[in-house]
Amino acid sequence: MPAIEVEGLERAFGEVLAVQGIDLTVAEGEIYGFLGPNGAGKTTTVRMLTTLLLPSGGRASVAGHDVVADARQVRASIGVALQEAALDPLMTGRELIRLQATLQGLPPAAGRERADALLERVDLAAVADRRVGGYSGGMKRRLDLAAALVHEPSVLFLDEPTTGLDPVSRKTIWEEVRALNDDGTTVFLTTQYLEEADQLADSVGIIDSGRIVAEGTPESLKDEIGDPHVELLIGEGEVAEAERVCAEIGRLLPPKDGKRVLVEVENGAADIPRVVRALDEAGIAVESLELVRPTLDDVFVDKTGHHLEKEESEDGGEPVPA
Amino acid sequence: MNDLAKSARVVRALGARSIRQTFRRPQLLAPIVVFPTLLLAIQTGGAGASIELPGFPPVQSFLQFMLAGSMMQSMMLAGNSGGIAFAVDIEMGFTDRLFAAPIPRFAIVLGRLAGTAALGLFASLWFLAIGLIFGAHIEGGVPGALLAILLVTASALAVGGIGAAIALRTGSASVVQGLFPLVLVVLFLSSAFFPQELMIEPAKTIAQYNPLSFIVEGVREPIISGIDATQTLEAVAAIAGIVVLGLVLSSRALKHRLRVG
Repeated sequence: MPAIEVEGLERAFGEVLAVQGIDLTVAEGEIYGFLGPNGAGKTTTVRMLTTLLLPSGGRASVAGHDVVADARQVRASIGVALQEAALDPLMTGRELIRLQATLQGLPPAAGRERADALLERVDLAAVADRRVGGYSGGMKRRLDLAAALVHEPSVLFLDEPTTGLDPVSRKTIWEEVRALNDDGTTVFLTTQYLEEADQLADSVGIIDSGRIVAEGTPESLKDEIGDPHVELLIGEGEVAEAERVCAEIGRLLPPKDGKRVLVEVENGAADIPRVVRALDEAGIAVESLELVRPTLDDVFVDKTGHHLEKEESEDGGEPVPA
Repeated sequence: MNDLAKSARVVRALGARSIRQTFRRPQLLAPIVVFPTLLLAIQTGGAGASIELPGFPPVQSFLQFMLAGSMMQSMMLAGNSGGIAFAVDIEMGFTDRLFAAPIPRFAIVLGRLAGTAALGLFASLWFLAIGLIFGAHIEGGVPGALLAILLVTASALAVGGIGAAIALRTGSASVVQGLFPLVLVVLFLSSAFFPQELMIEPAKTIAQYNPLSFIVEGVREPIISGIDATQTLEAVAAIAGIVVLGLVLSSRALKHRLRVG
């Protein structure tokens, strides 16, 4: 049984169709990366899957329960860490986790025990009795994650868990997500960071303007775009000759500048010695060499015609309900 | 643990959080304690002689008369503060954490109301203590004091329901905060601070039908003269009416919030 199954899911806000009939399946024990720019429909989808928002059409089940008909069973099976860590700044970390344990129906003693264990796990035990308002962004995210785990959910929803975090905090969250997944938790992770999806996800769904435009493993999606290429920085005056030599090995790609030669190689790294040997035999000096693989951004560009990460600098956002 | 017991634990936990939140955020506590206490001090000091006016109900002192009004003011502002705090929870997404939990969602509203009712209890105890310290008699004795406490606590729950409904419907703390002047209008157009008999029209008629007047008189009577069954029943009926209105509005606003996300 899939952990998450979605068919034709839709959500409209007035005239605006924020999610336009998406289909997706997440296998048990998988990390599913839901990738898209601001306003693409990621958060709206997560809110429907976590029963916080009623769909306008289609159906979805999570942990085997329908998100509309069996909403409470869904809520008992999932952990949710929403965008921007919705934490009460006046509560202490310990109070928050204990409240979450009560909300999930844990008996008081078990709730206290679980809270202590989770605070230890996310390395917040030392600050557990400080008010959340004094925590750093990374600490808040870790606390939010701990709160989502209090009842050991089978499916965990993380809505942009590392947005706005520094690289070290981001890595800490990634490690925790991997550890949870190793323990068997299915993770549905929305992100606007290509690297995050690439690093963490077993499968990726790319959403743009409310529609899923591509789905598959990161590798399969990148493979669809084409072969990797070797980027060679060539000594002055030898570029034309290098291009002639490389054209015999693979397809030449449009050059970035007058110093580089880009050649597509069918077998990736295995073709590098061949390229180097051919250039060496032709007496061409190579100043540097890099194997460049297609990225998820290339996939995004291929499917939508625009870049993902470039758009993130612009203010976006999904439709706001009236 | 059955569903009801789980919900009761959630209501208790959320109520406790709501009280902690109020005591940790001075701007929520000030309207409940500081403003009504100051107004009580100013009015008692400045208008104490008004008890000599013809038509003023027989009271031991103006302080004794004013206690019920101060409790009402504090209770109304507790309801307003509760609504503001609830709206802040919605604005910062904290309610999503609660809505994503496997509990009956109305328990979340009830948790907030339990906290507001506890603040009403606190308000009644605070002003009874002030009254007793400064020499006011509680003519109804311990039963009268207990009745006043009960009525103020229940009123806080009732008014909190209206505050919660507005918070849920608008999701905006500034809108709920904007109701503050309205709270004062409702208070001043009741018999909270002045006897109905001495008011002039149209305030007199408005106060006569203002449900708050019935509650005020129900709280005041055990303090200034003793428990009166008719006034107690009228106060209970007024509270029950506001409770029903608050719960219906909250329930509808909750459905709206869940529908629009």
